[in-house]
Amino acid sequence: MLASVLTLGGIGLFAAVALGIAAKKFAVEIDPRELAILEVLPGANCGACGLPGCGGYAKAIVDGSMAPNLCTPGGSETIEKIAHIMGVEAISADPQIAVVCCQGDNSKASLKYQYLGLEDCNAAQKVADGPKNCPGGCVGLGSCVRACPFDAIEITTEGLAVINRLKCTGCQKCIATCPRSVIKMTPLSTTTHVLCNSTDKGALVRKYCQVGCIACQICKKNAPESYQIEKFLARVDYDSAENPEAVVEKCPTKCIRDFSTGYPEGSSFSAPSPVKKPEQVA
Amino acid sequence: MNLKAMNLKTFKGGLHPPDGKEFSATKAIEVCPLPEEIIIPLAQHIGAPAEVCVEVGAKVKKGTLIATARGFVSAPIHASTSGEVIAIEPRLHPMGKALPAIVIKPDGEDAWDENLKGANPDDLSGDELKACIQAAGIVGMGGATFPTHVKLSPPADKQIDTLILNGVECEPYLTADHRMMLEATEQILDGIAILRKVLGIERAVIGIEANKPDAIEKMTKEAAARNIEVQALEVKYPQGAEKQLIDAITGRQVPSGTLPMEVGVVVQNVGTAAAISDAVRLGRPLVERVVTITGPGIKEPKNLLVRIGTPLQFLVDQCEGLNGEPAKIIMGGPMMGQTQLSLETPAIRGTSGLLIFRKEDLPRYEAGPCIRCGRCIGACPIHLQPTAIATYARLDLFDEAEEYHALDCIECGCCTYTCPATLPLVQSIRYAKAAILAKKRTI
Ligand code: SF4
Ligand code: SF4
Ligand code: SF4
Ligand code: SF4
Repeated sequence: MLASVLTLGGIGLFAAVALGIAAKKFAVEIDPRELAILEVLPGANCGACGLPGCGGYAKAIVDGSMAPNLCTPGGSETIEKIAHIMGVEAISADPQIAVVCCQGDNSKASLKYQYLGLEDCNAAQKVADGPKNCPGGCVGLGSCVRACPFDAIEITTEGLAVINRLKCTGCQKCIATCPRSVIKMTPLSTTTHVLCNSTDKGALVRKYCQVGCIACQICKKNAPESYQIEKFLARVDYDSAENPEAVVEKCPTKCIRDFSTGYPEGSSFSAPSPVKKPEQVA
Repeated sequence: MNLKAMNLKTFKGGLHPPDGKEFSATKAIEVCPLPEEIIIPLAQHIGAPAEVCVEVGAKVKKGTLIATARGFVSAPIHASTSGEVIAIEPRLHPMGKALPAIVIKPDGEDAWDENLKGANPDDLSGDELKACIQAAGIVGMGGATFPTHVKLSPPADKQIDTLILNGVECEPYLTADHRMMLEATEQILDGIAILRKVLGIERAVIGIEANKPDAIEKMTKEAAARNIEVQALEVKYPQGAEKQLIDAITGRQVPSGTLPMEVGVVVQNVGTAAAISDAVRLGRPLVERVVTITGPGIKEPKNLLVRIGTPLQFLVDQCEGLNGEPAKIIMGGPMMGQTQLSLETPAIRGTSGLLIFRKEDLPRYEAGPCIRCGRCIGACPIHLQPTAIATYARLDLFDEAEEYHALDCIECGCCTYTCPATLPLVQSIRYAKAAILAKKRTI
């Protein structure tokens, strides 16, 4: 009994002393700024900065290999805090968020066939290039929903992916998984977008979708600085757009949406309050 | 004939779905008339698509070369009737996409090309025979459409000792091979003789499922004189899958990731053997095949001799039309066939059947969670764990799926068929396979 107590106690004592010495001798110098930055990062390990985790990014900021404004999920607040820790001027960019550029849900866009397989957009895409007649439209099986680390995406009751503008942090995980490249990064301050992803000619688009862009040029004629048309598809020119919402009503197929007036039909999200451009904030 | 006494052979695993062969098994092969338009896709075989060698406006005869093989693993394509090439453009392909095709307007004469000359196989060497087969564009007619000349060219270090003829036709509903064995027995046996000569071997075994006693009897009677064995096999799907067939007949297991030649076997479909006989003796390329048009959605199921490129709608019309509203159109059999987007698509070289179901024939159940019953594992002829691979596929864990041998899956569909939770197992596994292969290509 005594022997065993002594033996165990002895081992314990030895280990404690050895660990104590090792801790002193092999101590790793961690820059306190690195710890401070890790503290202010969201800790989502989402990968938006380009590194697999927040720890790696904190280290990279401190050793100067990466800029301090790459954490999109953290937003301008985090960027400012990091800038403060590093003692540099904050260079906050207009945050970018993801938008599903399609409104052709099951009630508005026609199907090639009824898909009954695995609930996964990538798997459905392998079956005759997806169940939709439109080659670019959202198939609504929610691969992006499962990919989003911030729970920002929902599938509407009509089978269309919609991204919550308040929750999206711009990490682009959804873009990486979507087989139809229908999700695009857009500036958060612009609420008006052309929600169509078909580069087919207008006459063909009309055949399969009630809300597709038919490249009629009306938006561009009415607001030349705000719209561009390429490959039979209009898009908002985010660099020079003045007020693209002015022509929303003029679009004959109603494929331009101003999110400040609400989300597509069947979505549970409510219209977000407008977000101003950063320079207006300052 | 007493099948019990025949010592039926088989493999481990598999199952027997209701086979629906009664619709068409007793219908003799009829020649399908000429349609208004023949659509011949360039991609009709495994390997590189053929390359067009005619121009729009060209006059062609039945059997005229219209597209040449692109490389060794590819096959040339010939006009399936006489007429004029009216377009070379993308048309809806059985794969579900618009792919390049040669469109021919038949002139109604259906005249064979005069330049096609047959030969007596006894006068030709093995290599000359193989060249004939290659030039005739012969591919596996069971549905896989692998170019036959490639299978007949084993590398020098592989010693082939057995030729197996696949007359199993284990896919439910299909009866094309069954009818061929009854009605083209002579051609099949002649083709086998040619194949033996090309491979330089003696042993040839025809494997036939026991649900075709008339075919077994006829083949046995005719084959005996030519030293060809006939082996009756247990009625079980997928008895006609290459590796399962080899296992049943020779007891040899083809190792994972290798071809049958690894165990000294070459497998050919009986329809392919018949096509080979025509190619050599008559010089006729592969331009027609027997297709079973069947299913509860067809008024009068039939076995038709169809020109390659005949639109499916035309085949339906020859069978007194549709019997109700079609809900699912399948090219091939119900287990491994390809669902079609429309009846516009043409019959191609691999089209063994056209199967039409109506809504009332297709009960639908919501897929539920896996109840761990293990039925899929028991049914898998490759002895995989379909439920595990499918789960990994759903979670996009492709490395794990690969560790569970996803790539060995032959996509037979037994697991999905048997699953009481109606999970889309094969589709999930195919999805994983595609992802694994894509990853291998990029590395
Ligand atoms: S946006 Fe893309 S990933 Fe998301 S549901 Fe639509 S098709 Fe699928
Ligand atoms: S919606 Fe897309 S970009 Fe936005 S947080 Fe989710 S995954 Fe990231
Ligand atoms: S896992 Fe593949 S080989 Fe096994 S039963 Fe399923 S489809 Fe057939
Ligand atoms: S058959 Fe279906 S329910 Fe049974 S173990 Fe396999 S996947 Fe699960």
